Amino acid sequence: MSRPIRSRHLTRRAVTAGLGAGLAAGVAPFNIVRAQSSALKIAVILPRSGYLAQAGQSCYRGALVAPKVLADYGYKVELMHVDCESSADVARTQAERAINDGAQAVVGAFDSASTLSIAQVCEQRKIPLVVNIAAAPQLTEQGYQYLVRNFPTGGMLVTNGLKLINDVLAATKFDAKTAVFLHANDTFGTAQRHAMDAIFPHAGLPFKLLDEIAYDPKAQDLSVEVTKVRSLNPDLLLVVTRAADAIKLVRDMVRQRFEPKGIISPGSPGLYDEEFYQALGPLSDYPIYNIPWANPKSQMAQALEKVYAPANPKYRFAVECFNVGFTFEALLVAAAGFKTAGSANGPEMMKAIRATNIADHVMIGPPIKFDAKGQNVGIPSAAVQNRNRTPTVTLPADVATAEPVLPMPGWHQRT
Amino acid sequence: MKRLWDPIPLRGRVVLVALLAALLIAPAVLDRYLISIFVLIFYFTLVGQAWNLMMGYAGQLSLGHALYAGLGGYVAALLWFYFGIGPWLGVIPAIAVAMAFGAAIGWLGFRFGIEGVYFALLTIAFAEFTRIAFDNMAFTGGAGGLFLLYEPKRAHEWWNLRGGPLLFYYLSLALACGATALTAWLARSRLGYQWVAIREDQRAAMALGIDVFRAKMIAVLISAAMTAVGGVMLAFYYNSLFPAQAFDISRSIEMILGPVVGGLGTVFGPIVGAFILTPLGEGLIAVTDKLGIGVPGVKAVFYGLTLMIIISLRPDGVWPWLKRLIGLEAA
Amino acid sequence: MTVAIVLNVLVQGVLTGLVYGLMALGLSVIFGIVRVVNFAHGEFAVVAMYATWLLFVTLGLDPLISLLPIAIVFFGIGYLLQATLVNRFVGRAEHEQFILLVGLGIIIVNGLLMIFGPDARPANLSYSFDSYMIGPVIVDKARVFAAAGALVVSAALVAFFRYTATGTAIRACADNLTGAAVVGLNVKRLYALTFGLGLACVGAAGALMVTIADASPALSQAFTLLAFVIVIIGGLGSMAGALIGGVLIGVSEALASFFLAPSMKSMFSFALLVLILVLRPQGLMGRRA
Repeated sequence: MSRPIRSRHLTRRAVTAGLGAGLAAGVAPFNIVRAQSSALKIAVILPRSGYLAQAGQSCYRGALVAPKVLADYGYKVELMHVDCESSADVARTQAERAINDGAQAVVGAFDSASTLSIAQVCEQRKIPLVVNIAAAPQLTEQGYQYLVRNFPTGGMLVTNGLKLINDVLAATKFDAKTAVFLHANDTFGTAQRHAMDAIFPHAGLPFKLLDEIAYDPKAQDLSVEVTKVRSLNPDLLLVVTRAADAIKLVRDMVRQRFEPKGIISPGSPGLYDEEFYQALGPLSDYPIYNIPWANPKSQMAQALEKVYAPANPKYRFAVECFNVGFTFEALLVAAAGFKTAGSANGPEMMKAIRATNIADHVMIGPPIKFDAKGQNVGIPSAAVQNRNRTPTVTLPADVATAEPVLPMPGWHQRT
Repeated sequence: MKRLWDPIPLRGRVVLVALLAALLIAPAVLDRYLISIFVLIFYFTLVGQAWNLMMGYAGQLSLGHALYAGLGGYVAALLWFYFGIGPWLGVIPAIAVAMAFGAAIGWLGFRFGIEGVYFALLTIAFAEFTRIAFDNMAFTGGAGGLFLLYEPKRAHEWWNLRGGPLLFYYLSLALACGATALTAWLARSRLGYQWVAIREDQRAAMALGIDVFRAKMIAVLISAAMTAVGGVMLAFYYNSLFPAQAFDISRSIEMILGPVVGGLGTVFGPIVGAFILTPLGEGLIAVTDKLGIGVPGVKAVFYGLTLMIIISLRPDGVWPWLKRLIGLEAA
Repeated sequence: MTVAIVLNVLVQGVLTGLVYGLMALGLSVIFGIVRVVNFAHGEFAVVAMYATWLLFVTLGLDPLISLLPIAIVFFGIGYLLQATLVNRFVGRAEHEQFILLVGLGIIIVNGLLMIFGPDARPANLSYSFDSYMIGPVIVDKARVFAAAGALVVSAALVAFFRYTATGTAIRACADNLTGAAVVGLNVKRLYALTFGLGLACVGAAGALMVTIADASPALSQAFTLLAFVIVIIGGLGSMAGALIGGVLIGVSEALASFFLAPSMKSMFSFALLVLILVLRPQGLMGRRA
């Protein structure tokens, strides 16, 4: 077997040769592109097909309307929309392609696997990657220099979420004694579970956690899971769900005549998707989810809604503002970095992005800022409750448009 | 080596050498996007060859090969994550674990006479079982995933598989070539002939005195080992692992498309298949984009259509036909 | 209290299992008789779910009613599919059939994504949220209807195979293909009929599934896998086996989620599958040639 050894020698020589040529061939065209264009070219990589298509397309709708709103605020961006098909392989090759085609920054990619796959490319090519949504805490712990995330980690979500549960209980004077934590066993759900295990014992909540139940997000039916919860009969049901299973969950609770006094998510999607309202009607009302939310009192949020509504007659901004808002803000961060740096040069732009300080933005909370690891640690959550099939901010009081209601009215007392 | 070389006709030798030389110097003209595609092509060639040995030669239909790739990736990544043991060393236990699983599946399948689609379901069952187990195991990160650090100061430690696209280009190329050479060698070995005999008629093979159980076991073990090597490479290429991706049945299906489309039971089939399918997927994205019909899903529809057309027109795969076309029908 | 809960869990397992069983029935017919590995099985079921949903939101047809027209249309689709496309693959290697049908499945899933979008489509039936209270046991209406529907469809299928001349002829093809051809049966036509029947079952199962789950393209792969597991456990080509296999999976998943972790419940289905493959490869109710 002499061939493999020989080819390894060849390899090393070719590496050096290839590198030089590659640099010469690869770098030159970009300078031209950068010099000519005054708008920042951003590749928006989202899972618009495959198993994450629902969320990916929701984010996509946000990206579609962003350039107009950004232009009104003085930011010029040009978007390249890329579908990563919910696959890490495609995310990586398409990130390379988009950058070849002139993308100067990347925004994406809803889930952690694809985001990390893109991060490899952006890191090597020194292209800023602004994460719109992805909660795995490790993302900003791996040492990536060209990655920032304007989205809370699983731990932040749970910390804020549990604190808000306390506030909701105080505001409604509802005396909850017991709770069960039910979560989907996927990347996101597991991150939440870890955070829950670490944070709940010290959160000083007045109720006892009876059990923690993980369910298979691919499961066809959740009736047994509901029976299991019912047998524990908690006052509160804490859930971390995805869209399809949130529907199954409520449906089975109604069928099994199990009426918890409150359904609260310490920070997850599922309870506010359009399909949730369509499937459950009045039964979709009253669950509370403590997640970051568009600030109803923010000017930029209103401006975004104004452009979003006519462009998406079939969807409501009030329902989609989580995905839409964070995708918009990621684009905003990239655009602002470009403006500050005054150049689309990766390292310079990244320096500006890391020093981001944007006071006026869409989601609630203090100015967008990143810590040394590129994480925005200041993103708070709001307690949002479904009222009349519409997500309604109930806490914190300064951004609320209604008071929280607990205990929930029984399933059969709804109209 | 000579035994592999001799039976190739002159024209074939020229093409082969030219192709290899072209691939070796190709990065000089390829941009990073094309390199990243080639990495995938070589990866699918490697695992395609692995699957080809088991199905194309020994006739055992596995639909759970993601199991071996996932296990290989996880073992090497865990060793690096917890003990800082590099992948060149970690690949050995990775192979061992994958082979152990392969042995379990093979033993169950061949000892109890589970064949055809039944055997395929056995392999799926093992892969799915392992996926759910990994989803629920804390020390592997569970469903939350396993993440490897990106350390800029180690970015050039090729001996720890830390590096840029060129490192993975040449590594995957070497692995694909190695897998092909191994396949070619095995195909002409005594074992290879035993496999083909078993594939064609197991009872006749037995009557000839072939130890069928042993031959099939070896096929599974080699196949599992090769696939695990691919998994190790991919884990360090992506720096992250998730059970839902690593062990998913769609991953297993992806692996077998190449060899079937290229031509099962041929040495070059898996290469041809990988060279058709990966660029096909990427090309369809580019074309649908350019035509302005890049709606999500349209690329996959054309991809599925192409699969159906190829398998209808060239049920034996593209390579046997291509071979005749370019006049390489072996003497 | 605990006994009642366990009883509840068991009943849920049985009811869900019956629908699973019906889902697998179509596969069992096709796989057991035509010997074609239909890897686009789940995709067809999801198409049926969308059709059911469409009939519900446009015409207000209940899935229990639209089941019939959908089954008939699916029979036609199956017949044509077998006669034109799949028949060329009968008797060919399994992996070739596999690629053909995987390709078809990819087209269907992504076609659905393009037409209907990725959001789940619920059919809000009047009885979606109702349940019966039988002593301490709560049984939900939708599942009872679906399970009853599954039993009726299966019974009809069994009756067809047992009491009609065509049914007997089809069984003859399964038992002895050469013999069937020798006595002058039109095997090609019978296979097309069988494929049609199999798809009619899938159509009916998809329609019933709408009462339990919401139509979305992402469901298909899980359906396919589930159906294969059940068919192998129950026994290839056995109608009763498919139902029993379905119930067995339903009950074992229910018990596993109740007494162990729900997130690990499908592990038990696969463990069961391995056990059956090793101990009784012909399946619980199957005969092996």
